Amino acid sequence: MLEIKNLHAKIGDKEILRGINLTVKDGETHAIMGPNGSGKSTLSAVLVGNPLYEVTEGEVIFNGKNLLEMSPEDRAHEGLFLSFQYPVEIPGVSMNNFMKAAINEKRKYEGKEPLTAGEFLKLMKEKRKVVELDSKLASRSVNEGFSGGEKKRNEIFQMAMLEPKLSILDETDSGLDVDAMRIVAEGVNKMHTPETSTIVITHYERLLDMIKPSVVHVLYKGRIVKTEGPELAKEIETRGYDWIKEEIGEL
Amino acid sequence: MQSEKQYIDLYGECRDMLRKHSCEVMNAVRDEAFENFKRLGFPTKKVERYKYTDIPSLFEPDYGLNINRLEIPVDPYKAFKCDVPNLSTSLYFVVNDSFYDKALPKKELPEGVIVDSLARIAAEKPELISRYYAKIAKTEEDGITALNTMLAQDGLLIYVPKGTVVDRAIQVINILRSDVDLMVNRRVLIIVEDRAEIKLLFCDHAADDRRFLATQVIEAYVGENAGLDLYCLEETHAKNVRVSNVFISQQANSRVNHNVITLHNGTTRNRTDLAFEGEGAECNLAGCVIADKDQHVDNNTLIDHKVGHCTSNELYKYVLDENAVGAFAGKVLVRHGAQHTTSQETNQNLCTTKTARMFTQPMLEIYADDVKCAHGSTVGQLNDAALFYMQQRGISKKEAKLLLEFAFINEVIDHMKLEPLRDRLHYLVEKRFRGELNKCEGCKLCK
Repeated sequence: MLEIKNLHAKIGDKEILRGINLTVKDGETHAIMGPNGSGKSTLSAVLVGNPLYEVTEGEVIFNGKNLLEMSPEDRAHEGLFLSFQYPVEIPGVSMNNFMKAAINEKRKYEGKEPLTAGEFLKLMKEKRKVVELDSKLASRSVNEGFSGGEKKRNEIFQMAMLEPKLSILDETDSGLDVDAMRIVAEGVNKMHTPETSTIVITHYERLLDMIKPSVVHVLYKGRIVKTEGPELAKEIETRGYDWIKEEIGEL
Repeated sequence: MQSEKQYIDLYGECRDMLRKHSCEVMNAVRDEAFENFKRLGFPTKKVERYKYTDIPSLFEPDYGLNINRLEIPVDPYKAFKCDVPNLSTSLYFVVNDSFYDKALPKKELPEGVIVDSLARIAAEKPELISRYYAKIAKTEEDGITALNTMLAQDGLLIYVPKGTVVDRAIQVINILRSDVDLMVNRRVLIIVEDRAEIKLLFCDHAADDRRFLATQVIEAYVGENAGLDLYCLEETHAKNVRVSNVFISQQANSRVNHNVITLHNGTTRNRTDLAFEGEGAECNLAGCVIADKDQHVDNNTLIDHKVGHCTSNELYKYVLDENAVGAFAGKVLVRHGAQHTTSQETNQNLCTTKTARMFTQPMLEIYADDVKCAHGSTVGQLNDAALFYMQQRGISKKEAKLLLEFAFINEVIDHMKLEPLRDRLHYLVEKRFRGELNKCEGCKLCK
């Protein structure tokens, strides 16, 4: 699915990623944890092609294709999806028009006809159920006036609509109450297939109890410094990160 | 006085011809207008209200005029492929400055309502027309109004008698049609008497790939408790110069909605002067501009609160792409004693390239002490975070940009009271942004 080799990236003059190596196979769920400012969100931003970041070294192969050479929209068409840590409000653009544009551009990329209005509305209705999203939100502007929880659920709703191959959830659990977190996690689990993969970026073990990762990585100062099984998340929950920093000789 | 000379000479040579092919009411003010034009000349950029558009240079080229009023062959239905179909209106045509009476709508207007040639009705009912003509648009104050008044020979009259409500919107297609470069001086008089109501949609088109210079003076008298909706939509081409002056006089408790929409143009200057003459009146002025390439659009408004207890709202939005230049200057004048005035003026603009330029100047001049007035303006770029968010969902940058621009302009359209026009404009604006606007013949050169 995804192979990241020696990835370096900077924002302005500040180097943030300093040699990331990561392989995610079909059907796998990986968790990425790490202290604040270690580069987790930068990694997700670089993968989806955010123009604020500059890749200085390394390569990323996504299903056999050179990801870094593709435009952000083509990365999306190829099946890459990011659930944003801070979903953007777009006043004046309705959820309906936004989703219709997204779906139909993807279909165009795949050489398919655009959905008819009826088919589209049916799909919206069906996918809304996945995250129990209020139908009223569909006629409103994208994320405008949505509560924190609604915004995150809206991200997962979009994921359900677009059916990506690889989804990156960037702190999707932040700002969610327990029930909303359950709804989001169940939504993600429902969509999971042996052909799709997920990268979960989180600070908390709670989400990983519900979306069960096969591997947990710790990102620190722009590198992956530790990779273990799911039990690593529990250990971090109780012990914090200092013991890992000690292990690598930082403390 | 370089630019003025040819018009002064022209008037000297053609005065009799101008008079011969017009009517007594229009001729009665012609010489005075000429004297005023000689005295005022064209406003230069040093004149406050004209600082963003170089008027003298627009009038410098030598355009032809059709003073002898030779009939220019035209099939309006052919020349104008309607961009606003399915809109249930009574449809009229004005070709250059002449009312086209060979294609009148089948449905009759309510009794007493007149939509016809200004010169013809002025000859039939001089007492009605002379009461208003050149009274609201004063030639002693503005050189362009003076020029139009001295050269205008005909135009459009819209008259709604006391207490008459015209339900069906009146749509007037102004077609610029000529085989040579042409100057057109169109005159429009709108009289809405007490308690009468009418909705008007003026669509300006250029049917030929010629240079047009079109001046227009619209005078509108809105009586007590009367209502006027006046929508002006411009879809012309890059070689078109439009200089439009709109003067509106509002009596007590009247309502006016005036929208100016520039979808496609060359150089456009729209001036709107609105005066509250009686208390309890309300106006909504709105405008949207979509411009790219080297287009130039300058909207200049004055809302004169002469008396108290009136409400004015103003919202203008511009989207400027490529090298387009936009200007908005709007003054709200609250005169001494105009207490309990409420006024809101907003101008918001998007410059989507580094070379697009916007000049904005909202102004409040208040001489009363118990009023509620606000004004503001913004100039910004597209939101990068929103653009990227959409790209991540697979929406191409081009399409994402379009959705954002569209959303920005929609605020103006959504305020419009004429519902079918609103739907139609959503469609037209989207087409405009996509560069697919079904433009007039002349617009081949805009592509």
